Amino acid sequence: MKRLLQSKETKKTLITFGIVIITYIIVEILMLCGLLSNQLQGLLVPICYYVMLAISLNLTVGILGELSLGHAGFACVGVFTGTVFSICMQNVIAASWIRFALAIILGALFAGIVGILIGLPVLRLKGDYLAIVTLAFCEIIKNVINVIYLGKDSQGLHISTTDTTALGMEPEGVVIIKGAQGVTGMPQDANFTIGILLILITLFIVLNLVHSRDGRAIMAIRDNLIAAESVGINITKYKLMAFSISAALAGAAGAYYGHNFNNIKAATNNFGYNMSIMVLVFVVLGGIGNMRGSIIAAVLLTLLPEMLRGISEYRLLIYSIVLIGMMLFNWSPKAQAWKEKMKVRILGKLKKNQKEVQ
Amino acid sequence: MAMLEVTNLSISFGGLRAVDDFSITINEGELYGLIGPNGAGKTTVFNLLTGVYKPDEGHILLGGKDITGQKTIEINREGIARTFQNIRLFKEMTVQENVMVGLHNQIRYSTLASIFKLPSYRKAEKEMRERSLELLKVFDLDKEADTLASNLPYGKQRKLEIARALATNPKLLLLDEPAAGMNPNETIELMKTIRFVRDKFKMTILLIEHDMKLVSGICEELTVLNFGHVLCKGETKEVLNNPEVIKAYLGE
Amino acid sequence: MSLISYVINGISLGSVYAIIALGYSMVYGIAKMLNFAHGDVIMVGGFVVYTMASGLGINPILSILCSMAFCTVLGMTIERIAYRPLRNAASSLAVLITAIGVSYFLQNIALIIYGSSPKAFTSVVTIPSLKLADGALTISGETIVTIVACIIIMVVLMLFINKTKAGQAMLAVSEDKGAAALMGINVNGTIALTFAIGSALAAIAGVLLCSAYPSLSPYTGAMPGIKAFVAAVFGGIGSIPGALIGGILLGLIEILSKAYISSQLSDAIVFAVLIVVLLVKPTGILGKQIQEKV
Repeated sequence: MKRLLQSKETKKTLITFGIVIITYIIVEILMLCGLLSNQLQGLLVPICYYVMLAISLNLTVGILGELSLGHAGFACVGVFTGTVFSICMQNVIAASWIRFALAIILGALFAGIVGILIGLPVLRLKGDYLAIVTLAFCEIIKNVINVIYLGKDSQGLHISTTDTTALGMEPEGVVIIKGAQGVTGMPQDANFTIGILLILITLFIVLNLVHSRDGRAIMAIRDNLIAAESVGINITKYKLMAFSISAALAGAAGAYYGHNFNNIKAATNNFGYNMSIMVLVFVVLGGIGNMRGSIIAAVLLTLLPEMLRGISEYRLLIYSIVLIGMMLFNWSPKAQAWKEKMKVRILGKLKKNQKEVQ
Repeated sequence: MAMLEVTNLSISFGGLRAVDDFSITINEGELYGLIGPNGAGKTTVFNLLTGVYKPDEGHILLGGKDITGQKTIEINREGIARTFQNIRLFKEMTVQENVMVGLHNQIRYSTLASIFKLPSYRKAEKEMRERSLELLKVFDLDKEADTLASNLPYGKQRKLEIARALATNPKLLLLDEPAAGMNPNETIELMKTIRFVRDKFKMTILLIEHDMKLVSGICEELTVLNFGHVLCKGETKEVLNNPEVIKAYLGE
Repeated sequence: MSLISYVINGISLGSVYAIIALGYSMVYGIAKMLNFAHGDVIMVGGFVVYTMASGLGINPILSILCSMAFCTVLGMTIERIAYRPLRNAASSLAVLITAIGVSYFLQNIALIIYGSSPKAFTSVVTIPSLKLADGALTISGETIVTIVACIIIMVVLMLFINKTKAGQAMLAVSEDKGAAALMGINVNGTIALTFAIGSALAAIAGVLLCSAYPSLSPYTGAMPGIKAFVAAVFGGIGSIPGALIGGILLGLIEILSKAYISSQLSDAIVFAVLIVVLLVKPTGILGKQIQEKV
C-alpha cells in the first residue's frame, strides 16, 4: 500500500516534469522551423517568469493556506538585486552563465531575507488581514525602490534618495538605478532554456518540500493550527519557512526576468499589487495547491490576451469575462452539482450503449 | 509515582471563574476520569494542562517537573498529548499523513535532506511510514491509510485523533469525550482500545466523558467538576454513588 | 497657517476615504469578502456624472442622483451574478478572484467607452470657497461639501443600522447567516441591500473625489479603493465609527507626509502605519477581538 502511494506521488511528479520538458522541446522545434511569431517568442521569457511566480505563490497559498497579495514585491526585490549585481560584475566575471547564476541566487537570497523580515511580524495575522498587509509591503517595496539612486565609480557604490547629482560620483561613474526610471544597462542573459531550467528547479524544490516532514508540518498548520500546535509543531518556524522559500523562489524568478530587458522600472503595472493579484489568479484558477494547474493556468492566461490581439480593444474585456465565467463554473456549488449530474448521465449513457452493442 | 500533579489551578475569564482551585494527582499508568455537567470547566482544565490557556494561579507538575505556563508545543514535547472535543484532524491530508505529522518530533531530518532527497530522508521517511502504520493497526485504521481524513466516518475520526496523539510519544494522554457521537458497539470497542493502549504503551490516561458506561467501565478513579469547583474525587464506584454527584447531574 | 490648511485638506481627503471605507467595511462585514471591484464602482459613479453633467449639461444634483441610482443597480447586479453563486464555495478565494474579474471588467468597459486618457472633471460644487484669517487660509467649497457630506452619511447610516429593522437584519446577518435565516431574516435580500447602500455611497465618493481632484480615468478608482480598504482595516472592519476614524487618519497621514516628508513615499508611509497598527492591534483600532474556541 505504501509503495503504491509513494509511486503514485512520484508518478504525478514525473508527469509534471514531463509536461514541462515536452513543452520545451515542442517550442524549440517550432522555433527552429520558424513557426513561432516574433511576438510569441518575445513572450517566452515572461511566461517562464509567470510560471515560476505561480508555483512559488502556490506554496504560500495552497500549501501554507495563507493569502498573500505581495508576491510581486518579492519578485521586484529579485529583479533589482539580480540586475544590480550583474551590472557591477559585468567586467569582473567574464563567463556570463556564472554571473547570471550568481545573480539569480543573490536575488533569491535577498528576497528570502526580505520574506523572513516581513513574515516574522505579520504571519500571526490571519486571512484577509494578512492579505492586506502583504499588499501593503509590496507597495512599500515598490515605492522605496522608486526613490533609490545608485551609482558606481572607482570609489565603489554610491547611494542616494534625492537624485543622481546627490550621488557625488566621479565623472566617469555609471548610474545603475535612477529612481523611478529604474535600473538600466544589465546584460540580457535571460532566455527560454534557462527559464525552463529554472521552472524545473522551482518545481523540484517545491514538490520535494511538500512531500517531506516539513511539508506535512506546513500542511498541518493549514488544515488545523490548534491541532498542529498540540502535536508539537512550531507554527512560527514552519509558516516562516514556507513564506520565505516562496519569497526566495519569487526573487529568483525576478532576477531571471530582469535580465530580459535593457531597462526595467518598479512601476505599478509590473510590480504593484495588480501583478500580485494576477499571479494569484493563476494559482486559484489552476487549482489551489495544484502545482501542475498553476503552470497551465499561468501559460494559458498569459497567452489568452495575446491570442486576442486581433480584437485588441476588447481583449482585456474578454479576459475578464472569461475569468468570471471560469470562476463561477469551477467553484460555484450549483455548477459543481450540475457537472456531477452530467457526469452520471454521460456515464450512464455510455454503459447503456455498451450493453446495446453487446 | 505521580505522573501528573496539579495544585490549586485557577483561571478567570472576565470575572467568571471558569476553573477554581483545581487539584488532582494521577499516578503513572492510571486511567483517570474527569466528569461533570456541561459547562463545568472540564475542557478548560485540558486547555490549562496543554498550555492553550495560562493559569492565573496554581502549578502543574508532569513527572515531577514544573511545566506551568509553558507553551503548547513545549508541553507536548514534555509529554502531554491530547484529543479534542470537536474533532480537529488535518482534513486535507491522508489518514497516514495525519499520524506522520504526530511523529514530527520523534523522527527528524533536515530540510536540505528533504529537498535533495538525501539517503537520510529516505531512511527516516521509511521509518515514519512503518511506525505510523503500526499505530494505525492498533486502531484498526491501517486499511484506510491512504483515505483523506475528512472522508472517514465519525467514530474512526475520533480513533485517528488518538492515534495521532500517541504518535507524539506522550507520557500522559488527555482524551476529550472520546466516545461522543459513537454508537454503543463502537463505544465498547473504544473502551477495549483505550485499555489496550494503556497496557501496551504503559500510558497514563486522563479522559473527559459523559458516557457513564464507559466511565464506570474503564476509569479507576474520578474527579467530578461542577461550576469550576471540584465536587468530589475518589474511586469510581464511590464517586458515582455520591449523592452530591447525582444531584449535580440530575438537579434537585 | 500652512499646517492648518494641510490638516483641513487631510480631513477632506480622509472624508472621501471614509465614505468609500464604509461601503467596503459593510460589504466585508456581511459577505466576508474583499470586494476588489468596489473601487471601480467609484470610477463608474464618476463617469456617470461626467457624462450627464459635462456631456449632456444636465443639472449636477440630478446627475448625482442618477449616478447613485445607476451604481446601486450596478452593485446589486454584480452581487447577484458574480458573487452570490459563490457564497458557499469551498474556498473563499474563489469569490475574491471573481471580484478581481469584475474589477477588470468595469475598468475595461470604461476604457472602451471613454479611452485611457484622463478626462477633466468639472467640479459639481458651486459653493464659493471660504476665506479665513484675512485670506491667509482658504477652504475650498469642495472641502466643505465633502466634510459635511461625510458627517451626514455617517449619522444617517448609524441611525439606519441601529434604529431600523433592515439595519438590525444587517447586523444579524453579519454575525451569523444561519441563525439569521432561522429567525426569518431574508439573508440574500439583506446582503443585496448592503451592496446597494455600499455602491450608492461609492457613487457619492466618486463625485466628491473627482471634484476635489478633477481628473477621471478608468483607473481612478483602483488606488483609492485599496486605500479605503486599508482605512476600513485601520479603524476595525465592520465598524462605522471605525471607518470614519480610519479614513480621516489615512487622509491626514497621506497629506501630511506628502507635505513634510516626501510625495513619492507618502503611499509607503500610509501602508507602513497600517502595518504598525495591525501589529499592535490585529483587528484595527475599534475592531472586536474574536478568539477561536478550543
